Amino acid sequence: MLRTALPLLGLPLAETEAAGEPTKEPGAPGEPPPGLALFRWQWHEVEAPYLVALWILVASLAKIVFHLSRKVTSLVPESCLLILLGLVLGGIVLAVAKKAEYQLEPGTFFLFLLPPIVLDSGYFMPSRLFFDNLGAILTYAVVGTLWNAFTTGAALWGLQQVGLVAPRVQAGLLDFLLFGSLISAVDPVAVLAVFEEVHVNETLFIIVFGESLLNDAVTVVLYKVCNSFVEMGSANVQATDYLKGIASLFVVSLGGAAVGLVFAFLLALTTRFTKRVRIIEPLLVFLLAYAAYLTAEMASLSAIIAVTMCGLGCKKYVEANISHKSRTAVKYTMKTLASCAETVIFMLLGISAVDSSKWAWDSGLVLGTLIFILFFRALGVVLQTWVLNQFRLVPLDKIDQVVMSYGGLRGAVAFALVILLDRTKVPAKDYFVATTIVVVFFTVIIQGLTIKPLVKWLKVKRSEHHKPTLNQELHEHTFDHILAAVEDVVGHHGYHYWRDRWEQFDKKYLSQLLMRRSAYRIRDQIWDVYYRLNIRDAISFVDQGGHVLSSTGLTLPSMPSRNSVAETSVTNLLRESGSGACLDLQVIDTVRSGRDREDAVMHHLLCGGLYKPRRRYKASCSRHFISEDAQERQDKEVFQQNMKRRLESFKSTKHNICFTKNKPRLRKPGHKKDGVANTETTNGKPPRDLGFQDTAAVIVTLESEEEEEESDSSETEKEDDEGIIFVARATSEVLQEGKVSGNLEVCPSPRVIPPSPTCAEKQLPWKSGQGDLAVYVSSETTKIVPVDMQTGWNQSISSLESLASPPCTQAPTMTHLPPRPLAAEEPQAPLALPSDPLLSFAFPPSLAKAGRSRSESSADIPQQQELQPLMGQKDHTHLSPRAANPRWCIQFNKGGQL
Amino acid sequence: MGSCSSHAASIPDWDDIRRETGFSQASLVRLHHRFRALDCNKKGYLCRMDLQQIGALAVNPLGDRIIDSFFPDGSHSVDFRGFVRILAHFRPVEDEGTGIRDPKEPEPLNSRMNKLRFAFQLYDLDRDGKISRHEMLQVLRLMVGAQVTEEQLESIADRTVQEADEDGDGAVSFLEFAKTLEKMNVEQKMSIRILK
Repeated sequence: MLRTALPLLGLPLAETEAAGEPTKEPGAPGEPPPGLALFRWQWHEVEAPYLVALWILVASLAKIVFHLSRKVTSLVPESCLLILLGLVLGGIVLAVAKKAEYQLEPGTFFLFLLPPIVLDSGYFMPSRLFFDNLGAILTYAVVGTLWNAFTTGAALWGLQQVGLVAPRVQAGLLDFLLFGSLISAVDPVAVLAVFEEVHVNETLFIIVFGESLLNDAVTVVLYKVCNSFVEMGSANVQATDYLKGIASLFVVSLGGAAVGLVFAFLLALTTRFTKRVRIIEPLLVFLLAYAAYLTAEMASLSAIIAVTMCGLGCKKYVEANISHKSRTAVKYTMKTLASCAETVIFMLLGISAVDSSKWAWDSGLVLGTLIFILFFRALGVVLQTWVLNQFRLVPLDKIDQVVMSYGGLRGAVAFALVILLDRTKVPAKDYFVATTIVVVFFTVIIQGLTIKPLVKWLKVKRSEHHKPTLNQELHEHTFDHILAAVEDVVGHHGYHYWRDRWEQFDKKYLSQLLMRRSAYRIRDQIWDVYYRLNIRDAISFVDQGGHVLSSTGLTLPSMPSRNSVAETSVTNLLRESGSGACLDLQVIDTVRSGRDREDAVMHHLLCGGLYKPRRRYKASCSRHFISEDAQERQDKEVFQQNMKRRLESFKSTKHNICFTKNKPRLRKPGHKKDGVANTETTNGKPPRDLGFQDTAAVIVTLESEEEEEESDSSETEKEDDEGIIFVARATSEVLQEGKVSGNLEVCPSPRVIPPSPTCAEKQLPWKSGQGDLAVYVSSETTKIVPVDMQTGWNQSISSLESLASPPCTQAPTMTHLPPRPLAAEEPQAPLALPSDPLLSFAFPPSLAKAGRSRSESSADIPQQQELQPLMGQKDHTHLSPRAANPRWCIQFNKGGQL
Repeated sequence: MGSCSSHAASIPDWDDIRRETGFSQASLVRLHHRFRALDCNKKGYLCRMDLQQIGALAVNPLGDRIIDSFFPDGSHSVDFRGFVRILAHFRPVEDEGTGIRDPKEPEPLNSRMNKLRFAFQLYDLDRDGKISRHEMLQVLRLMVGAQVTEEQLESIADRTVQEADEDGDGAVSFLEFAKTLEKMNVEQKMSIRILK
């Protein structure tokens, strides 16, 4: 086992293996075993894979380094940097090893490096766009490449005839045509690498990129034909050979496409039956695509076209068939592989250029080639575009043509092809190699560097990235149907007609055959968009901290309620904060729903601003891991605030009942409170219900108060950690209007409340009990509490006040604060901030002392803890947000213990 | 050219039509050809039956609606002028033309807004200027395959309307409709090249 893993893991393991299991050593059987070696170096065994891994690693690291500085990568395309890096590395290798090594081998390139890139581009090709522009793409790919090859070759030959190319370059017309055919093809890898960073508009991109993919067939054919002609010798070439050459163009391209489509069909069909073995789905995609590539290569068809068509053709069905996770896996693996291959290609290109033994310089040839490829490319583009524009709905304007001409980058394909030349047959190979390298470097580096500024300068229409919306999707389909219908009416069977027919066919037969039934409906694009939008909504909703399962029906950010007010500053706030995930849905951007926004804002405000409950940390880890500084500052602030408030309230309060008693005492107050609350309700609401609720609320507050006290008494964090309930109130008026009915609705069972007082009393031993309580109340840190709750709370508070139990009153006061200020306050110490004028209570100074004493005593009652869960649940029910109520209180818990 | 002119002569209001639709002469002649081909009984106008006989329209989910759009206001026949006027919506927008045209006439038929309006009217069956949820649902029912259940369709319709609906009336007005498509290249997507 270890042995098999070795080559992958590289050297370090080799050492361990050598040390650990020397007996496994593949020592020659004939020789006597050399004895137990403690340490054995077996570099040669792992050399090849190790070097591969190492190079990829180096390339990846280089990529990371490049992207450390955004400035550099925004100016210089990655491909340039990689080539330069390759040059440097090649120089180092050359200096160290005295010979050029680790070059770009054509075999490696065509068999391993190229396929992932092509597959990636084919699979993720925007098929609609591709087929919309297929005519232009094919024209440029076929006619353009042929044009480039022949004109460049002929012009170079002319140059030689004129004598501008040194006579030592021994090449005839055929050699130059051969060279022209390999140098004329726009390279998909280079184009992709550069254009992906430039972000020109999609049409332009797809034309250039599609051309670079499809011209492979032409390149391959031309190269092979010319190569065989050269090998045959120009004298032996018959007229039929030319015809064969032309015929082979169709064979190679169409054959490649056919191979690709066959494999696409197989792939789609296979994934239809992978329901039970989801795990191999991504593998299948890669295997079959690679098989397509190799098959085409084997039959000397265009492998690039094969893989492109395979990716293009299978995507729709494969995506529908494989699971969501597999889709992600395919996507990422494909991107990773492609990016990896691309990186390595460019780096190796740089390294290969260093090997001077391979190339011979001729200025005339190099300069001539550079000028000719640029000139003829531009000329070809202009001519073809002129013809194409006669047929195009949207003509390609001059700026497009400039970018297309300038975007004709040559790359590794040309290099690999030129390396493949046989020197015995093509005596000028070395010159060609040098010229190719220069051309590749020039196009990738110089043109790659300048194309971005050029695009900016010419104000080329950039691609605008926008997320799909249902409306767009739907209307786009409508438009398609309309156009197809109008074409019917007009009696012209154009593109739309045929696309319509294809879609009918696809729907009727192909999809039925290639898609599993359950996946069939995902196939519908409108549904698909809808589905994706919903998923995004759900994710953003959860991200926001919403409880999907909360008792109130969940309101999706994208499904705003209609009663919302006009856009408020809240929206802007949210946008600025950037945390409102729901807002990045473009769809929804324009739709406002005040309530959703408010909710979100509250969430964010609270999340950001609220003091972190200590409790939480306690649950997850020991207290020692808390970041002390933040905590301490927090404590201090809270402590100070609390003390201030208390002092103030103390001054104004009439009740100076000393609260020093421990739990037994507290219980009594609790009971009293209930009674008081009922009687005392200022609003004169049905006292029963209110009272109940109030009591429940009160209980909670009581605990918190106690905690406060502790904190006050400088008992410090320990006590503070107990569960704390924080009630925030958005609008102070809420207090005034106690909505009893609302309360009732919120809390399903009023009976729950009566027991609560006792619970509260139990809670008094903060240390032990409170933690549990908090947990039960809610594991989440924030919750939205309907106003009704608040009123109940307030009432309870007032009742408490009447009772003259200072701690209770404090908590209620908290509720009055608007959310913002609340944020500033500390949850840990549920300090009462008596901002509300209504609630005034006296805080007996003795309390603080009492708090300390309590803290000591609190720990001793374990049974109470058990009761608390009940409490918590009750509270929870109370707290459950009511969607109907426009005003909200925010309750903040430390949900620590769970 | 001889046949062209004879055609041109045979078409009533030739110049008016040209001015109104902006079609080139060749296009008009071709369309007239087509018009007469569709007109089975040589009655000089088209009725619904004439258009319905076009085979491909029968399989077009929106085929019937598009046919209806040729017969505005419940009329049962459309003459060549009306026929061409509808098709003029799909004439490609050329850049040079707009500058000259704008001052004289309000808006050419192939302007972006008119293209959008044409599409909008396919949705807005009751012509109240709004796509209600119900209308959206109907369109969706036409456009979405049978695999999607009715419930899903309804939720899609809900969502689509909500997405576009800005003033909260539960329906999509034309302006809202246009706004949802403001990022789309409507001029390009609603044009047919041959209708120059």
